[in-house]
Amino acid sequence: MTVPAIAFYCFAAGVLAGGLFTVISRHPVHSVLWLILAFLSSAGLFVLLGAEFVAMLLVIVYVGAVAVLFLFVVMMLDVDFAQLRAEMAKYLPLSLMIAIVLLMQLALAFGSWSFAPEAEDLRANIAPPLEETHNTAALGLLIYDDYILLFQLSGLILLVAMIGAIVLTLRHKEGIKRQDVLSQMYRDPAEALEIKDVKPGQGL
Amino acid sequence: MIAADISAVLPEIVLSVYAMGALLLAVYTRKDEVAQMLVWATSGMLVLVALWIALSVQDSRTAFNGMFIDDGYSRFAKVMILASAAAVLFMSQEYMERRGLLRFEYPILITLAVVGMMVMVSAGDLMALYMGLELQSLALYVVAALRRDSVKSTEAGLKYFVLGALGSGLLLYGASLTYGYAGTTQFAGIVTTATEGELSLGLLFGLVFLAAGLAFKVSAAPFHMWTPDVYEGSPTPVTAFFATAPKVAAMLLFGRLLHGAFGEAVADWQQIIAFLSVISMFVGGIAAIGQTNIKRLMAYSSIAHMGFALMGLAAGTALGVQAMLVYMAIYVTMNIGAFAFILSMERNGQPVTDIASLRMYSRRDPLRALAMLVLMFSLAGVPPLVGFFGKFYVLTAAVDAGLTWLAVAGVIASVIGAFYYLRIVYFMYFGEETEPLDGEVQPVLTVFLLASAGAMVLGVFNLFGIEAFAAAAAATLVQ
Amino acid sequence: MEEFFATNAGILVIVLAQTLLVVAFVMISLLFLVYGDRKIWAAVQMRRGPNVVGPFGLLQTVADALKYVVKEIVIPAGADRTVFMLAPLTSFVLALIAWAVIPFGDTWVLADINVAILYVFAVSSLEVYGVIMGGWASNSKYPFLGSLRSAAQMISYEVSIGLIIIGVIISTGSMNFGDIVRAQDGNLGFFNWYWLPHLPMVALFFISCLAETNRPPFDLPEAESELVAGYQVEYSSTPFLLFMAGEYIAIFLMCALITLLFFGGWLSPIPGLPDGAIWMVLKMAFFFFLFAMVKAIVPRYRYDQLMRVGWKVFLPMSLGWVVIVAFFAHFGLFGGAYARWAVGG
Repeated sequence: MTVPAIAFYCFAAGVLAGGLFTVISRHPVHSVLWLILAFLSSAGLFVLLGAEFVAMLLVIVYVGAVAVLFLFVVMMLDVDFAQLRAEMAKYLPLSLMIAIVLLMQLALAFGSWSFAPEAEDLRANIAPPLEETHNTAALGLLIYDDYILLFQLSGLILLVAMIGAIVLTLRHKEGIKRQDVLSQMYRDPAEALEIKDVKPGQGL
Repeated sequence: MIAADISAVLPEIVLSVYAMGALLLAVYTRKDEVAQMLVWATSGMLVLVALWIALSVQDSRTAFNGMFIDDGYSRFAKVMILASAAAVLFMSQEYMERRGLLRFEYPILITLAVVGMMVMVSAGDLMALYMGLELQSLALYVVAALRRDSVKSTEAGLKYFVLGALGSGLLLYGASLTYGYAGTTQFAGIVTTATEGELSLGLLFGLVFLAAGLAFKVSAAPFHMWTPDVYEGSPTPVTAFFATAPKVAAMLLFGRLLHGAFGEAVADWQQIIAFLSVISMFVGGIAAIGQTNIKRLMAYSSIAHMGFALMGLAAGTALGVQAMLVYMAIYVTMNIGAFAFILSMERNGQPVTDIASLRMYSRRDPLRALAMLVLMFSLAGVPPLVGFFGKFYVLTAAVDAGLTWLAVAGVIASVIGAFYYLRIVYFMYFGEETEPLDGEVQPVLTVFLLASAGAMVLGVFNLFGIEAFAAAAAATLVQ
Repeated sequence: MEEFFATNAGILVIVLAQTLLVVAFVMISLLFLVYGDRKIWAAVQMRRGPNVVGPFGLLQTVADALKYVVKEIVIPAGADRTVFMLAPLTSFVLALIAWAVIPFGDTWVLADINVAILYVFAVSSLEVYGVIMGGWASNSKYPFLGSLRSAAQMISYEVSIGLIIIGVIISTGSMNFGDIVRAQDGNLGFFNWYWLPHLPMVALFFISCLAETNRPPFDLPEAESELVAGYQVEYSSTPFLLFMAGEYIAIFLMCALITLLFFGGWLSPIPGLPDGAIWMVLKMAFFFFLFAMVKAIVPRYRYDQLMRVGWKVFLPMSLGWVVIVAFFAHFGLFGGAYARWAVGG
């Protein structure tokens, strides 16, 4: 067995175990931690495929940012997960059935899978050959050159997501004091302070 | 190269830059106080872009390596989308303002949704298709939940989001199978690998999942379950928007995908579309009968209408596509009128959506009742109104393509569907008066209602020449 | 013998030996870094600092470490035992594995990978997990609040760190540390390095590093006055030692990063003197000295100020800088100071 093969089996086992325990572990926080293991292992698989740039992005974006958000939400939410789980158990037979049907379909599709005779050429049309440039540079060329339209559109989608999050959650409550750093810094002691002569026993 | 590419997407660029500029302006000025002005400006902007696209004479061209197609079909669609979005936005201003829902993000989100729709109908690539679809859907999820203090509205947003995500998931799964088989995501490439009768199993699965995902978006049965709840829960102007522009975009995207990428394998998808069409017509017609809420009723009505439009697609011919285009144009016009009426239904300053509140409406406001009567007859497809011609067109196309059984089913479904449209008419003219509707009707809404009803009557003569445009548009899609 | 090193087992031995060498270097530096930190701090406050164990107190850290190791590990009742123990391990291991791609000299690097800088960034973005897991698993309020603060802070400043790094990547055209350092080579020595063209970002990067590693003045997660000791409250003995060690290693890593990105790595500052790993170590030591001075001198920020600076000042500035650098590089302005693609490609 070669070193890459050993590494492949390790990472693949990591992905499978991570995915399995994400679903079956009792505590949601543990689920998220297992999910992170699955992400990291898939990053490893990407490295084995020679796609190191995608691997690093997976770690930075999914593990470094998205999963952190998951963790926050799961830790802070006051949800009775045991009850949710009980609800889920009711639908288990149905979901199992759907899963089996999907699996059968997949088996059908891949069992007799064939590629179109033209597929090889069509695919080669898009991606520059790997021997000429290494994959980070190739990705850059594709994303910012051939697929610039899609890149900009995804930017718009993210903009919409941001506007949406703000529209649905931001509330300007009345009568709340907010920090205004500039006005705080420019306060002048001469205006902000007032010295009063308090007579003993009288108060203000 | 790049200049040609950019000139092809210039309308989209202009609209998105406008949206971003408006966002900056609103954020850095007095926030919601500019909202009203923004709504006017946005409707004006949409109309301008629609005119620009309509008046620019261009051959079919592709940009960004075939990812974006600018042809007669997409221009026809864009004009429809832009015009209907502008109309709905224009109608909604007063309603939103009065309910305290008018926030400056509303017109901006609508604009971005419109950009998404424009990309959808121009998509020449599975990835561009998905990007446009998501841009549109994401903006729509948010506007559905715009009335965030109401349980129903947030429920509508959430349901729309979850089921929309499911639909997108199906679509993506289909897209990946298609890509796996064909080795390309471009329609022009896929069409060379998908030939009649010898579709590989993988590609067939891809096609089925793509169709299912898009059926979600056009709310064709059996993927329609989100529609009634979302229509009922969303603020009425938003519902009006849902019932018009996104429907056009999704339906025309459906046409683009089927003919652009699978145009050589019509027989393989014909029965899928025919099946969707039959189910939608019957589910929409039968389920609407028991409804008492006019917004839910319009939801089922839209499901049924999507069934008829799909019938045009199922024909798989240029005539079918033309019939579908004409049908969508008529459908959008009727719906704008119907929603102009629904937007004006209120009692004691509160919006009312109960059908029973329309009892004896004709006595209060004979003119508007008459206009609504025309619209309802037209929606039901009663001759000699324009709605009848729409149905006639798709039925002819179906018969022409040898789908006589489908056409017969369509006629039966439309008879069933007529019942609930006529029930509204019955309520307006007969029955006993209960608590009447009151409240001032804004002139804008009356104008739109009368214009739409008028079009249904006057269009009888030549359908305003829309057939010719639709035929030309269909010709660019189906060679 | 040479044949043996060509076999799989031989390669394994070489890799292990190299790894041990780097780990040993880091761990030994760690001992003296902690000592140096305390001495500098003491000097600023006109105290004497550690001076009892060993000559000049040099072995103080060794004694402290021993003390931690031999003490009993206390795990609070109600804590999530697995996660509780996993947290310090994560923190320590992640801090160490980032060193795999740090070059100390030309070709003196464990793994010379193409996306080295992304790798360091990815690993340092994972470090937040040690903090969150530790805070949550303690099942206690102060640690949890501390860990939430810390996580928000680390994520916020990661954004500007990433953007600043992108500026350097644009200038070099490569994400390999070797290429980045070689791109800074030239006849002018010190003035060839990236600190000059990227001057505003050097300051931003240094400050972001302070925040990213939870060093004063941004040590909000463990703000003693409010949160006792933040996410570490419930930790004792060896786990606590691991947290501390991880923190210092991460700081030292940041010193290495600053050196590599902006101060020419192993290049000698004076033209004519030979380049070498010694320069790298000296520069890192110098930046650690700066870290220690900042800790001693600057008062702690308030939390809202920290977040405001991160999102409303650093983020726009670094984002703007990326655009400016891209512009300069594309048009080859300033004598090509921003476009040194000859090395990276």
